[in-house]
Formats: sequence, C-alpha cells, structure tokens
Amino acid sequence: MRYAMAIDTKKCVGCSDCVVACQTEHNVPIGYCRDWVVEVTDGTYPVLELENRSERCNHCENSPCVRCCPTGASHYSEGGIVLVTKHECIGCGACIQSCPYDARYTHPEGYVDKCTFCNDRVGKGMQPACVAVCPTKCMYFGDLDNPNSEISKILALRKHKTLIPEAGTQPHVYFLI
Amino acid sequence: MKEEIIVSGRMNPNIDPVLHVWHWEIPTYLFLGGLAAGIMFFAGLFYIQGKENKFRSAVKFAPFLVPVALGLGLFALFLDLTHKWYFWQLYTTIKLESPMSWGAWVLMIVTPLSIIWSLTYTQELFDHWKMNYPKIYKRTKWVEKVIFKYKLIRNFISGAAQQRKTMAWVMIFMAIILGIYTGILLSAFNARPLWNTSILGPLFLVSGLSTGAAIIMWLSKDSVERKYFSRIDLMLIGIELFLIIHMFMGFMASTQVQIDTAQMFLGGEFTLTFWVFVVFMGLVLPGILEFLEFKGYHLPVFIPAFLILFGGAMLRIIMVEAGQASRYLY
Repeated sequence: MRYAMAIDTKKCVGCSDCVVACQTEHNVPIGYCRDWVVEVTDGTYPVLELENRSERCNHCENSPCVRCCPTGASHYSEGGIVLVTKHECIGCGACIQSCPYDARYTHPEGYVDKCTFCNDRVGKGMQPACVAVCPTKCMYFGDLDNPNSEISKILALRKHKTLIPEAGTQPHVYFLI
Repeated sequence: MKEEIIVSGRMNPNIDPVLHVWHWEIPTYLFLGGLAAGIMFFAGLFYIQGKENKFRSAVKFAPFLVPVALGLGLFALFLDLTHKWYFWQLYTTIKLESPMSWGAWVLMIVTPLSIIWSLTYTQELFDHWKMNYPKIYKRTKWVEKVIFKYKLIRNFISGAAQQRKTMAWVMIFMAIILGIYTGILLSAFNARPLWNTSILGPLFLVSGLSTGAAIIMWLSKDSVERKYFSRIDLMLIGIELFLIIHMFMGFMASTQVQIDTAQMFLGGEFTLTFWVFVVFMGLVLPGILEFLEFKGYHLPVFIPAFLILFGGAMLRIIMVEAGQASRYLY
C-alpha cells in the first residue's frame, strides 16, 4: 500500500478551506499550520497564468527527515505515511532542516509536528480532513498500488508534477496540471 | 515574471519567512567540538611520537580544556533541544544514516575518554602549578586533595596512565571523526544547498585542528613548542583557504540553487561578514603574523591565536546562519 494525494491545480480556487479543516481536525495551535495554499502568478499582464496549490508534507518515499532523525521518532508508517512519534522526538530540529518543502514546524509543546495524511481518519476508511472538506472537490486521496483507486485513475488520466523532484525525495503529493 | 505567495498566510514560527530553527547554540557546539577534536588530535599524535616532554602543553595541559569544551558544547546542544527532557531517546537507538545519532554516540565515547586522559596528568598539572603558579595552586589545592584522597581513584588513575598509548590512538581516531562530524552534520541536509557539500567535513576538521593548535600555542610558555605549533597552524590555514576556494568553485560549477548560494557570499548578504571576519581576520591576517614570526619578527602570540579562534567561531556562525537562508527554488 502506498498512500498518495493529488491536487487539481486547475480546479483549486485557493479558498484555504483545507487549511482550516486541518487546523480544526488536529487542534493545530493558533498561528501554526500543517498545510497551506500557494498562489503562483506567472507572466506579464495581460498574459498571466495562475496556479493554486494546496501544499503539505509530501510523505516522500525517500524522506530526508526520516534519514536525519537521530532517535527514530520520524518514521514510515503503514502505506508510506511519514509520522513523528511525539515521545521519541527530542526537538533537535534536524528534520526541519532536512525538509526541502519546509513542511515541519516545532509545536509549542516542543516536539516537531506536521501533516499526518490524517492517518487516524484514513485507518477508519475515511478521507483526510482537507480532502473531505474541499468545496471544489479538487483533491484526491488513495492507494497508488490499487489500480482502481480514485488517485490511480486520475494520475493515469491527467498530466501531473511533484515539487522539487530534483531533491530526490520522491514525493507522494501530486499536482495535476 | 513569476510571483509566488502563500495565500493561506502560513507563518509558522522559525520557518517563515526565513528558516531560523538553529540559533547560537549549534555554532557554539560546532566550534567547541572542533576545538576539542583539535586538541585531542595533537595530544594523541605527539604522545605516540614520544614527544610528551617536548610538547608538554599539547600532550599534558591543553587536554584539560577538552572536557570543559565538550561539557559546554553539550550543554549548548541541550539548550537547543525544544523537547529537552526526551534527550535520552538519543541513546536508545543507533541510526547509521543520521549524522546526529553518530555524533551523540561519538560524544558518549570522547567525553569520558578526555576526562580519563586529563586525570592521568592531574598530578603533573598540580606540580606544574606548584612550581610556576603558586597563586593558582594555593586556590586549587583542595581539588588535588579530593582527587587523590581515595585509593580507588588513585589506582584507577595509575592504571589508566599505563594505557596511555591505546588511549592516544583512540583519541586520534575519535578526534578525526568528531572533527569531520561537525561538518557532516550540516552537509547531510540536501534541502539546504549551502550545507550540501561534502567539503564541509574536511573544512570543519581542518578548522577545528587549527583552533586546537591555536589554543596550544597560546597556552604554551615554551618557545620551541610555540614555534612548532605556529608552523602547524600556518599549514592548516593554507589548507583551509584552499578548501574554501574549492567550496566556492564547486558551488559555481553546480546547479542554480548552489550558484544562488554562492552568490550570498559573492555580493550577497553574507559577503562582508564572511570575507572580512572569516577569511581576512580569521585566516589571512593570522597567517601573515605567523609567517612574520617564522621569519624572525617577534609578536605577542595571543594575537594570531585569538584571531584564529575568532575566525573559527565566525566560520561556524556564518555557515549555520547562511545555510538556513539558502534553499531550493520552487
């Protein structure tokens, strides 16, 4: 099993509902966020191109954060989800430095926190909070190893990209373009 | 033109707008770790060469600073942790892929080793103080009494003193690992292009050896030893300059992210601090002073020694700071 997410940059309107849903679901402290929306404007007026991306931890297959963690707190969980075990994290910051996406932050309680792909919801057969709440239905989540999953089908159908593939991290968050 | 903004207002503390997770603690530790590695390397090396009485400061007295430096460095590392009371988790696992795990275990070996090495020379240190610095001796006499009060400790010290040769070999080996590790710690992060160069390992090792030699030079009252370490330092300065030039050559010949990184030092925000504090004041100037010393002009030894220590500290502060400002384009 390999969990992955795809975000349709053509359908995303940048409403930030996914951000709020995540903050609510996980009690993310005020002033922090595990996911965020990037708006990229390219070109010169009047020929402009806009891309909206809802970004988060990429749950990389070759995660630098898991590699750098000195205690093993950062680890691969079922389906390739990258998680941090709170009581094993010493807060050294190595994983934050190692992430090319700056997807991690230090929780006010001291440990390092980030997107979990809502592993608790996924374990119950539900969609991650951000995916479930998206008003334009631009997000897809599922198992890449299952050819009949929604995500496998959409990735087979649509042109897509990942962020900074040259960093060699093999991200599991895809952007449909 | 391309404009990229985070519309959802991500402002995670210490992440946005510029990554600033590591503050003064990490460069402090890197400096003290390098210094400790330098002192240990020379102590081990000259002991094995049988020069313990020729280079007394290097083999016998400077190593007393190692446990102090490591202790302070470890304390700085501890302060840096944000989930402090879980620090023992470092010692529940060995992760070969994580330089920090390596470092934690290396320190676990090096710190007691340096304490034992120093203990075997404690008697000589106090004798030395008694003869030359009676004031210091008067104030520290009680330490001597405490240490040599118990038979168990006396036996342990004399037993350890017989194993000095083995300890010296281990010290040389561990000093090299410790010195390189202070650089590898940073170079393992491929997300930060400035750090992601394998030259950082040798660069920090050489810089650590150089600061170690500077301390020995400063401590020594013997002109032969001073001259010898001044010459070693001159050579290390040469190697360090060579490695710095190579680092920038590597960056300039690499990908755009690394070219941008080099630009931070070649006209960007770190240009002045790096070239003035690290290269000129920390390397070129002490190099010139040592060369003059070599040619027969006598200068107060603390000037080049202080400059080298200053340069070593600045190198680490700037590398840690600039590394966090360097990033991938996306």
